[in-house]
Amino acid sequence: MENSNKRYWKGIEELTNEPSFVKNIHNEFGNMPTENDSKGESLVDGSATHRRDFLKMLGFGVAAVSLAACETPVKNTIPYLNKPEDVEPTIANWYASTYMDGGEYAAILVKTREGRPIKIEGNKSSSVSKGVLSGRAHASVLSLYDNEKLKGPQIGGKSADWAQLDKEFTAKLAAVAAKGGQIRIVSNSILSPTTKKVIAEFTAKYPTTQHVIYDANPAYGLTQAHGGVLPSIDFSQAKTMVSIGADFLGSWIAPTEFAAQWAITRKVGSAKDGKKTMSRHYQFESILSNTGANADYRSTYKPSQEGLVAVSLYNAVAKLTGVAALSGASIKVDHLEKAAKDLVASKGASLVVSGSNDPEVQKIVAATNNLVGAYGTTINTGLAVHYRQGNDMAMANFIKEAAAGSISSVIFYNANPVYNHPMGAALAAALPKITLSLATNDRADETASLCQFVAPDSHYLESWNDAEPKAGFYSLSQPTISTIFKTRQAQSSFLAWAGFASDFAAYLESNWEKNILKGGAVAWKNALHDGIFEPNAATVSSASPIVDVTASAAAISKSYTVNSTNLEIAVYEKVGLGTGSQANNPWLQEFPEPVSKACWDNYAAISQPTATKLNLKQGDLVEVGAKGYKVTLPVLVQPGQAPDTIAIAIGYGRTKAGKSADGVGVNAYPFISEINGACVGINTQGVTITPTGETKDIAQTQTHHTVMARQAVVQETVLGSFVKDPLSGRYNPQVSTAEGKKNATDISLWNGHKYNNHAWGMVIDLNTCTGCSACVISCSAENNVPVVGRQEVINRREMHWMRIDRYYSSDAEVEDLKGLEIASDNPEVIFQPMLCQHCNNAPCETVCPVLATTHSSEGLNQMTYNRCIGTRYCANNCPYKVRRFNWFRYFQTDDFDFHFNNDLGRMVINPEVTVRSRGVMEKCSMCVQRIQAGKLEAKKEKRRPIDGEIQMACAQSCPTNAITFGDMNDPSSEISKLLEVEKEGRAYHVIEEINVKPNVSYLMKVRNKDSKKEA
Amino acid sequence: MSHVVSPIREKLVTGGKSYHDVTHDICKQVEGEPTKEWKWAFGISCVVFAYGAYCLFYTWWQGIGVWGLNKTVGWAWDITNFVWWVGIGHAGTLISAVLLLFRQKWRTSINRSAEAMTIFAVLCAASFILAHMGRPWLAHWALPLPNTFGSLWVNFNSPLVWDVFAISTYLSVSLLFWYMGLVPDLATIRDRATTKASKFWYGLFSLGWTGSAKTWARYEYMSLILAGISTPLVLSVHTIVSMDFATSVIPGWHTTIFPPYFVAGAIFSGFAMVQTLLLITRVVFKLEDYITIEHIEMMNIVITITGSIVGIAYLTEFFIAWYSGVEYESYAFINRATGPYWWAYWMMMTCNVISPQLFWAKSIRTNLLVSFFLSIVVNVGMWFERFVIIVTSLHRDYIPSSWAMFSPTRYDIGDYIFSFGLFFTLFFLFAKFLPVVNMAEVKAVMKGVSTDYPGKKAKASKKTDE
Repeated sequence: MENSNKRYWKGIEELTNEPSFVKNIHNEFGNMPTENDSKGESLVDGSATHRRDFLKMLGFGVAAVSLAACETPVKNTIPYLNKPEDVEPTIANWYASTYMDGGEYAAILVKTREGRPIKIEGNKSSSVSKGVLSGRAHASVLSLYDNEKLKGPQIGGKSADWAQLDKEFTAKLAAVAAKGGQIRIVSNSILSPTTKKVIAEFTAKYPTTQHVIYDANPAYGLTQAHGGVLPSIDFSQAKTMVSIGADFLGSWIAPTEFAAQWAITRKVGSAKDGKKTMSRHYQFESILSNTGANADYRSTYKPSQEGLVAVSLYNAVAKLTGVAALSGASIKVDHLEKAAKDLVASKGASLVVSGSNDPEVQKIVAATNNLVGAYGTTINTGLAVHYRQGNDMAMANFIKEAAAGSISSVIFYNANPVYNHPMGAALAAALPKITLSLATNDRADETASLCQFVAPDSHYLESWNDAEPKAGFYSLSQPTISTIFKTRQAQSSFLAWAGFASDFAAYLESNWEKNILKGGAVAWKNALHDGIFEPNAATVSSASPIVDVTASAAAISKSYTVNSTNLEIAVYEKVGLGTGSQANNPWLQEFPEPVSKACWDNYAAISQPTATKLNLKQGDLVEVGAKGYKVTLPVLVQPGQAPDTIAIAIGYGRTKAGKSADGVGVNAYPFISEINGACVGINTQGVTITPTGETKDIAQTQTHHTVMARQAVVQETVLGSFVKDPLSGRYNPQVSTAEGKKNATDISLWNGHKYNNHAWGMVIDLNTCTGCSACVISCSAENNVPVVGRQEVINRREMHWMRIDRYYSSDAEVEDLKGLEIASDNPEVIFQPMLCQHCNNAPCETVCPVLATTHSSEGLNQMTYNRCIGTRYCANNCPYKVRRFNWFRYFQTDDFDFHFNNDLGRMVINPEVTVRSRGVMEKCSMCVQRIQAGKLEAKKEKRRPIDGEIQMACAQSCPTNAITFGDMNDPSSEISKLLEVEKEGRAYHVIEEINVKPNVSYLMKVRNKDSKKEA
Repeated sequence: MSHVVSPIREKLVTGGKSYHDVTHDICKQVEGEPTKEWKWAFGISCVVFAYGAYCLFYTWWQGIGVWGLNKTVGWAWDITNFVWWVGIGHAGTLISAVLLLFRQKWRTSINRSAEAMTIFAVLCAASFILAHMGRPWLAHWALPLPNTFGSLWVNFNSPLVWDVFAISTYLSVSLLFWYMGLVPDLATIRDRATTKASKFWYGLFSLGWTGSAKTWARYEYMSLILAGISTPLVLSVHTIVSMDFATSVIPGWHTTIFPPYFVAGAIFSGFAMVQTLLLITRVVFKLEDYITIEHIEMMNIVITITGSIVGIAYLTEFFIAWYSGVEYESYAFINRATGPYWWAYWMMMTCNVISPQLFWAKSIRTNLLVSFFLSIVVNVGMWFERFVIIVTSLHRDYIPSSWAMFSPTRYDIGDYIFSFGLFFTLFFLFAKFLPVVNMAEVKAVMKGVSTDYPGKKAKASKKTDE
């Protein structure tokens, strides 16, 4: 187009460029008339409101009001101004460390996110703990964020600062020392060699100091029988193992370590050349322990017979080995002769353990072990184990001295004997007589609250430390977070009081350089990185203790009776809560005891015949008394318990531990008796039980205890039959069709899913699952599973994604449905971990109206929390009942006061897992966050994920390796290989006939029994 | 509108009413001051409603954890109440649609209140759909609404989505049918109205009804069409509700007999509820001439028949549980009858199967007091039927470790009370402000017998004298 300079004008005024036009050229619409015009008011002087202004103001006002109404509460998210060098937001850092609680030990890895420890895993490079952890170790990360710990030092119950405490305490201590007053340090077993050195420094400064060590769950008898040290016990070498009241899979000495060893002997394979041998496990006990529940043969004795059972076993073994039998009373216990026969037959691979703390009983057991060749094979006296160093006599002596007023000063180093020693009440009464008392306990607990000074120790995740669990095997602890409160680790305190620089980190490093690493090939930094230092292999010694069996037998016959008709108390330790040191940890309080499935309480467990005799039923509140001590607690009817025996767990009845622990249950420590100088957890004289007429519900996560002869749920066989035919115990449901019988899973309406990439799956071996429930806590920690509290557990609303079902056998016939509901008096027990089965024909997926639960392209049944409207149809339609509903808002409300209603407690939350809101369904996700992270990691390195690289929290934490997780599409993965072998063998799906095609398979349990009918 | 009716039939309206009498009898409830009885009844239902509303509010505020549900029993009173109310809501459509198609003239004097009851019952049921959700504020997600998430849609496989369609269709069709039937009567009231307000409101809602022959013809056509649309709904709604259970894998739910069984049960309970309400309305509003003994008897016969169908269904379930050889199914039914909830099962059996059989005796089915009592018994039984199906199936299903018991809390009960409060408040408002009997249609059947049969007349007059 041709350019044109033509000009168009809009009006004559523009053409003529009139002055009035020029003036208004930018005011196109002129002055808009307003209502004010008529009143003759000026429009330009601003005194009146323009219509536009009004609209502006209106708009602004509406916007402002609505914005104010929409304002959400401000959460402070503060970015790093200067980013710490080793903290990458959203990337976890792992530190090697060591978990210790008294004599409990595990080498661990600590996962930290943005400087917060959030998860504990086992350190697999440790040859001592081999990467396995107890539930308590998993839960210990929550104890770090316990808001009820002391927030700084205290003097006379009032807050003080450290300088003041050091000044006052050392002044008083010097005064005591100057007068030659007796000073005692009271602690539980100390695994740390450097801490012991620090205490030695302190003792050197104050020479009247003596260190008294006791354990709340002592093994004094066992150490006494072995010349003062614990021998190393290895269940993995045993073909025959006999336990007399030792709950070695649940609570005895080092249960996770033992469980891992035990499991090695219990694995079987179904294929032609698979291993078809198993150890045989006999259990004689008064209560039905977690270990007894896993035994092949189990029989009961009354607590008053315990020593005599050991003697009888000795005699039976002696008879078979041609050694003179012991005189004195012998008692008849089922399977005892058989056990002796097996022990002798497998000589050199036999092991007898006893849970009794009576040195005389342990001596007889040691002699028995000697007869069956255990020393040098299953027991190694060449490797000293430090888990229990307590000296019951010394502790009793200390309390007596304190009561007599001959102690001037006492330091309780993380020990709470007022609560967890049988003579705690006597000690509490004696404490005011002690001139100077100090506790390093982390809270003003039963003991610390009676002390003048409290110098709170830091949590182990905030501290430097080291450990020597077994002689020559070391590990290190390092802080994974700076101290949350104004606490100071006790070693630093001791150093300060001994006149050293209170820098334990430097002390530890120099001690290691000098005495442990000794300038060897491993540098301090490497040791710290690895967390462990194991310079030498263990030495093996077959030396056995020399025992005067006749004297021991004589002592035993004095303390035990053949057939007492008395009511007796057996004091035991629960798998979850243990000694009660972490009682204020809601995860542990809500941990269902593997056998009773009860949580949030202890109770008087009695057998059904005893309950019938005493006219008691479950939930009746009774007053149990002995030795002048009385407690009121509910009755729990426990199959498999010895007659006329009341079992009460320790660890409960805390009074000053915090909100989650106080008032939960009753303290059972005072029921512990002194027998032959040791604290033995039985009470056989003058026990009374009186109904109060009231009742109290016990929070149990399972209230129906038998499997109702449903073979499709749990499948089991005995070894004899299994060897002949690996399919002997398998139940193969079939349906009749026009073309004859077919496997139920061969007929389907569905086309099935195609998994082109991964197909995640899981195999759970019922043969090695001990029911220990470490996986339950690990899962809760990983997946932010809320704690719901006692009443909500009673309401059957616990949220655990992983539950361990426990079934007792019944004596009834299959047709007798009422009879099947009643457990045998001495039942066989089976544990079955039950979690979302990730069905391929998932009943939950089809019924969700809003597609909140769907199937992933990798075989996972996934929950979209944001989409869920909470109809609960999926949970109803889940045949496994593994879905959990958020009935309330569990986080951030004071109704659920379990650490998650305060900012500190919430620091434990895993940021990779959504915290679920009220009204939303949740369930096991197969740790999808770990799968995604693992896949991403592999993708970054341009490779496939390596088998074992991605682990579910439960599989990773299983001490016995009963859970195998992996990619079933990867032919080289462990799970594929296992299923290849087992798919025509032990592998089955629970309730296979409804054809939901789970991705979780179970391996049938095999009991090492001669025949099925034996009890 | 008049059909030729056999002269030997009983008169449907007794008392020798003229058209004017009908108009007067029915309209006087609407036009007059509220009676004392009405005020009391309405007041009480308002109090019940308020208490229930508090409980419901508390449930929503705290979360449904205030109910007694648990991880094993995820539905209990909520869905029991839902199914119960939906079931009750069946009678209205059945009476107005199916009986219209089958030309059951006796339905005319009861269809209005039966339809009203249907609507209110469906509203009560809907309140439980909302209340049972974990996050009721997101209830609209169950509708196939377009959204910004692209392909995010509802799950058309889910029976709950079918429910949403079924219930909402049922509610809208019932509402339409009811309202259309009301139009001529509203016009009558409009024409008689003396106050400005009632002239305006009744005028507005009578949609300019003129009463011309053409309008009546259209009214008839529309009634037939709506009846045609509604008839499948009578069968479909409860069929779909039953599929919530029938399509699941839970023993005791997974049963192919459920659709007919549920429909029969729904008609059974619906008729019982109509019976209960009519027996009250009849006395309170003095409508004995419109709702006669014959009506009551007819209703009782339907109750007996449907109750027997339900009874057969119960027995069939047991037979199939045994015959199928499925362990879990057998156990579910043995557990119903002999397990911890045996009392609920036997409550259901007694109320639903045994009690309606009493109506075989004419003296019982024409006895007003007994009919009233049994109509309530039937609905108690039907509530227990749903409770038995839902709770006893869930509480012991496949995996014995999860077996649990359910016990209701104050809020389970309170939210149920809410639905009663809602129902009766609405019903009393309806009874006061709208004609409870369809005047137009009643007038149409009055002259069914053009010339009275002599013998019949004697009998009829005798009856009138009673």
